[in-house]
Amino acid sequence: MKTLLVFEYRRGKLTEANLELFSFAAALGAQTAGVLIGAETLLPAYPGKLYLGDIVKCKDYNPEVHADIIMQAAQKEDPDYIVFIHSSYGWDLAPRVAARLKAAQVSEITGVSEGKFETGCCNGKMRRLVRPATTKAVLTIQEGAFCFTGEAEGTPAVEKLEPSADGAGLEFAGYEEPEKREVDLAKAEVIVSAGRGIGKKENVPAIAELAKSLKGELGASRPVVDAGWVDHNRQVGATGQIVSPKLYVACGISGAIQHLTGMRNSEFIVAVNKDKEAPISEVADVMVIADVMPFVAALTEKLKQ
Amino acid sequence: MKILVCIKQIPDMASKFKPNAANTWFTETDLAFRMNEYDEYAVEEAIKLKEKQGADPSDLVVLSVGPARVVEALKKALAMGCDRGVHIHDDESNLKDPWQIASLIAAYAKKENFDIIFTGMQSQDRGSGQVGVTLAGDLGCSCVTTAINFSLEAGVVTAKRELEGGAKGVVKLKLPAVVTCQLGLNTPRYPTLPNIMKARKKEIAVLKAAELSAEGPRAVTEKFYHPVKKGTGLVLEGEPAALAVKVLELIKEKTTVLRG
Ligand SMILES: Cc1cc2nc3c(=O)[nH]c(=O)nc-3n(C[C@H](O)[C@H](O)[C@H](O)COP(=O)(O)OP(=O)(O)OC[C@H]3O[C@@H](n4cnc5c(N)ncnc54)[C@H](O)[C@@H]3O)c2cc1C
Repeated sequence: MKTLLVFEYRRGKLTEANLELFSFAAALGAQTAGVLIGAETLLPAYPGKLYLGDIVKCKDYNPEVHADIIMQAAQKEDPDYIVFIHSSYGWDLAPRVAARLKAAQVSEITGVSEGKFETGCCNGKMRRLVRPATTKAVLTIQEGAFCFTGEAEGTPAVEKLEPSADGAGLEFAGYEEPEKREVDLAKAEVIVSAGRGIGKKENVPAIAELAKSLKGELGASRPVVDAGWVDHNRQVGATGQIVSPKLYVACGISGAIQHLTGMRNSEFIVAVNKDKEAPISEVADVMVIADVMPFVAALTEKLKQ
Repeated sequence: MKILVCIKQIPDMASKFKPNAANTWFTETDLAFRMNEYDEYAVEEAIKLKEKQGADPSDLVVLSVGPARVVEALKKALAMGCDRGVHIHDDESNLKDPWQIASLIAAYAKKENFDIIFTGMQSQDRGSGQVGVTLAGDLGCSCVTTAINFSLEAGVVTAKRELEGGAKGVVKLKLPAVVTCQLGLNTPRYPTLPNIMKARKKEIAVLKAAELSAEGPRAVTEKFYHPVKKGTGLVLEGEPAALAVKVLELIKEKTTVLRG
């Protein structure tokens, strides 16, 4: 069995998640080759074959050109699986490669079992076991699901590839940085976060007050930020801040993977939710099954005593 | 300008999910359905674009694949401001893979020559995030995913893709194009009562899935199940005051945050 691992070069760096591709290939017991659209001066450490497209020629973002390079590598290697990280790079590119190969795609894989792949669904509440019905398959793996514990070493044997697609339908016009952060949640010892379960904007001050009583900062899940209830610079998660306070209190937050990514390394996690099955229970040290606002009021009062 | 927006109807995510008899997806009994959250942003963006066209009237079609119940989601999109609906009737849609769903939509869209197509970046129930991109591939148009900002000037789309950590990548695309929409792209409007009334007169054409595409699956769900319980946390239930006492004790015992 053979895998072609697609490494991600993100704004001048190789992402740490790239290492998880090796763990995934190991879980499959597969041989590996890799493909990278990046820079010759920054290569992943492993002893195998690496197909390399030049990031300057291919641009940071042009999925048509990147897919073309990956297809060239796939033609040379004839892999059973082409594997991406399920990131903004991977989920954008994988379906395009799958379409070119007329192959199955399984998204955001969390586990492997005998040629079948486990993936989360229903906002993380349920799982599916998926079997590709085609001889080749394109896979994206969930970041954090295949932790790499080994030592990355070795120098790959590089073969350079030239883009043969022009990708003219699309032009990359640069980056925009996130707005400057007034609060650095990463430094907070206590974070109390508001989720959609708090119900309305008028309830935000009560959550902020609990945060203050615990000498901590207010955080928020994404819908609360999108709705304009709380500032974006307080958003916790994949597209917000990654935090690891001593205490994290999640108020009315379901625990979608993109939120968990941002807070799962907190030392002690208290989740308040009316739904026992909410996926936040996977990481919570204490799961308080309650209507969130009356509980928050009661806890704030106790703290003030 | 011809605009298409594709929506999915999904169950409320706070529901309890039970496997169906074949163990391949959830049973729909007792579930309440609504429009996929990501698609609400797609519908809003499509309507905003239509409204901007002003004097040059556009045709905004909202499409959904699924059983009879999805008509409710179509009606909501029509009440929000779409011009007409297309229901690709498919009682088996939940068992189809993203490739099959994209093939159905493509079979319809090929004949219509849409200038721009909006979809959600993923559904909340399956979460594969494949249909929009696959559809674009099938139609041979360019595609940008995870749009958090969108504008169209002189036939060129400028979209901002949301990246990890909140940075954005700015992308320009020529029409025809597919844009998959991310949460926060805009503020989806609520249908007003007069618009709900008006929407009742809007057309919803019904097409049969079997007549559009007979593509087989490329990926098959073998099992649908609850995750093995990973959490080892304590579960507390009771009255707020008693819970607060208990939680405070635990915080004092297990963390150092209230010391000193
Ligand atoms: C690419 C991408 C990036 C993303 N980045 C982020 C990110 O950085 N951060 C982030 O948070 N999300 C992110 N998301 C969104 C994420 O997928 C979820 O949609 C989001 O985290 C859900 O927020 P929530 O838990 O507040 O809301 P919901 O999922 O709606 O959950 C609300 C919870 O409140 C509970 N509840 C409701 N009422 C009550 C009550 N009265 N009392 C107690 N509990 C109650 C419900 O049981 C439910 O569990 C991202 C998504 C994508 C696709």
